[in-house]
Amino acid sequence: MSNGPAILVCQGTGCLSGGSEEVFVSLERELRNLGLREKVQLKRTGCHGFCEQGPIVVLEPYGVLYCKVKPEDAAEIINSAKTGEKFVEHLVYCDPSTGNPLPHYRDIPFYGKQERVVLGRCGKIDPENIEDYLRTDGYLALRKVLLEMRPEDVIEEVKRSGLRGLGGAGFPTGKKWEASAKAPGDQKYVICNGDEGDPGAFQDRSLMEADPHAIIEGMIIAGYAIGAKKGYVYVRAEYPLAVKRMRIAISQARKMGFLGRGILGTAFDFDIEVFRGAGAFVCGESTALVRSIEGDKGWPKPLPRPRTAEKGLWGKPTLLNNVKTFANIPIIIRYGSAWFASRGTEKSKGTAIFSLTGKVRNCGLIEVPMGIRLREIIYGIGGGIPNGKKFKAVQTGGPSGGCLPAELLDMPVDFDSLKACGSMMGSGGMVVMDEQTCMVDVARYFLEFTQRESCGQCIPCRIGTRQMFQILDDITRGRGRREDIDLLLELSEAIANGSLCALGQTAPNPVLTTIRYFRDEYEAHISEKRCPAGVCQNLSSPETT
Amino acid sequence: MDEWEEEVLREILSFYRGERSELIPILLEIQANFGYLPKEAILFVSEFLNVPEGHIYSVASFYKAFRLLPLGKNRITICRGTACHIRGAHQILQEAEKVLGLKEGETSSDLKYTLDTVACLGCCALAPCLTLDGKVHGLMSPEKIKTVLASLEDGGESDV
Repeated sequence: MSNGPAILVCQGTGCLSGGSEEVFVSLERELRNLGLREKVQLKRTGCHGFCEQGPIVVLEPYGVLYCKVKPEDAAEIINSAKTGEKFVEHLVYCDPSTGNPLPHYRDIPFYGKQERVVLGRCGKIDPENIEDYLRTDGYLALRKVLLEMRPEDVIEEVKRSGLRGLGGAGFPTGKKWEASAKAPGDQKYVICNGDEGDPGAFQDRSLMEADPHAIIEGMIIAGYAIGAKKGYVYVRAEYPLAVKRMRIAISQARKMGFLGRGILGTAFDFDIEVFRGAGAFVCGESTALVRSIEGDKGWPKPLPRPRTAEKGLWGKPTLLNNVKTFANIPIIIRYGSAWFASRGTEKSKGTAIFSLTGKVRNCGLIEVPMGIRLREIIYGIGGGIPNGKKFKAVQTGGPSGGCLPAELLDMPVDFDSLKACGSMMGSGGMVVMDEQTCMVDVARYFLEFTQRESCGQCIPCRIGTRQMFQILDDITRGRGRREDIDLLLELSEAIANGSLCALGQTAPNPVLTTIRYFRDEYEAHISEKRCPAGVCQNLSSPETT
Repeated sequence: MDEWEEEVLREILSFYRGERSELIPILLEIQANFGYLPKEAILFVSEFLNVPEGHIYSVASFYKAFRLLPLGKNRITICRGTACHIRGAHQILQEAEKVLGLKEGETSSDLKYTLDTVACLGCCALAPCLTLDGKVHGLMSPEKIKTVLASLEDGGESDV
């Protein structure tokens, strides 16, 4: 059965919302009617990343991709799956600039320019079936680690790979593991941070929905390396499908002996539990996340606070990494740290995952080598700006990041370059903006978000972000004053230096970068009471002047 | 709370050990079953976990997922994520407010509708988007949301 044709129906949150379950049901019915249910494989998969074109159906082994599929297309799809040569023309993706039909996955620029390593299985396997994961080398890394490596070898391997975490600093993952391993204590914990709170980012959701076992495998390896017996996956409340798939995967892994007591016949015990967040952006901060699992409000611990690696959950040494970080671990173990470190740039190894959205032709989840130019992402993969509009800015790093202008389009995308420009890698959100996006409104948007999400514990963040929001709101309503820009800069400095946690410390970044790169827009709002993008409703727009 | 609701609550609690760290999972489950956190339920949980009611209220009011008042039968939640914002989420919210006669966060007095917003649904490639009773609807426009809301009005059904 494995060599015959297979029809893969995407069941990520995006495609499901477009009706992909109905498509699946219709395909199933049609296959049964035709007596082909045993000859043609029909499979539900996770996200292919090209969510805007959903529901997506892929025909293997031909690599044919169909877009915007409807239940009534079932018969035609099955017909084309028989040989893989005749295509259902109206479902084929067309190049938006040339109009040429591109039936094959590999020819579509959105995929052709990516390097899908961590996302390699996404869209190809059934995330609710562990057999699919095992068939694609799943749990081989765990086997290698448990049977051939000592914990210190594993840590050394992760260190050599150069893998970095997705927090603001891009902290080396291996060092974090080493600190957790060295911290004294017999009880230790591993936590996977899937509290993807940044608006405009969905890589953690997609990974948890499409390849949950990769995250579990990475966590088990981490548990072995640092000497932990228990792990938590912290998933945000807004991701019900991710919670469901993680739970299914955990119970399947338990049944197969990858979780529980005496894993793979060794003396190593490890188990994982899913913890659902309840909707608080600040819980992305490590000490707040830990408090949330302990049953408290997600308040970051006061300074000076011990490192989570030494005193985390219930005061015990705790290793906290992001979803993508854990998903990278089995890859590093399987292919080796040297292979991993050979990709990317000198200081940013491997690949980066971005949620490419906003005013760009091809929206979706992409994986690219570190060091790729912004221009290649936005124009090569993203297909440029739709409707003949001009590129204005790209926002990365969510509310902690910044807006980068056209002058920086040739900048390499890596941890340090993004930071130097006032933005960051962070959650991997990448929102493209065109000439009809007002940069003052964008800054106002982010400050409205942070002042809503501020936990209220420290004054610089609670009152400061509120004040900044108020000033920005005034500017967008035509009540801006000449001194406002300087006041915003002054407040930014105070909030960045005075706040208790990263939420406040990075909150001014969207304002600082928009002032740095788009000061003229602020000035037009303040002195001329004019919104050049025509967004701010109380001001005159280009059409009315 | 009537007898039946009390039964549901006891059933929920029977799956837990009574440890403080179970507070958030328990509240999420009550919320999922009742649509909000009834006063009496909070009292129950307080006794079960041996934590003060005040602590439970502080946790319940801190996290966005918890509600202390009943929700409407149909829940419309509009995404305010960055991609949605750039693509006009504000107009979607305005239109919904106009059609329903509700402000963000409000529930209609007949308990038919609740209009809410969410920081991000993570469906950014389908921006602007919203959920109707948990089901995602993408690529919204002010015209489209009118149709979606009108269909709720017609059948009173949520699965549009």
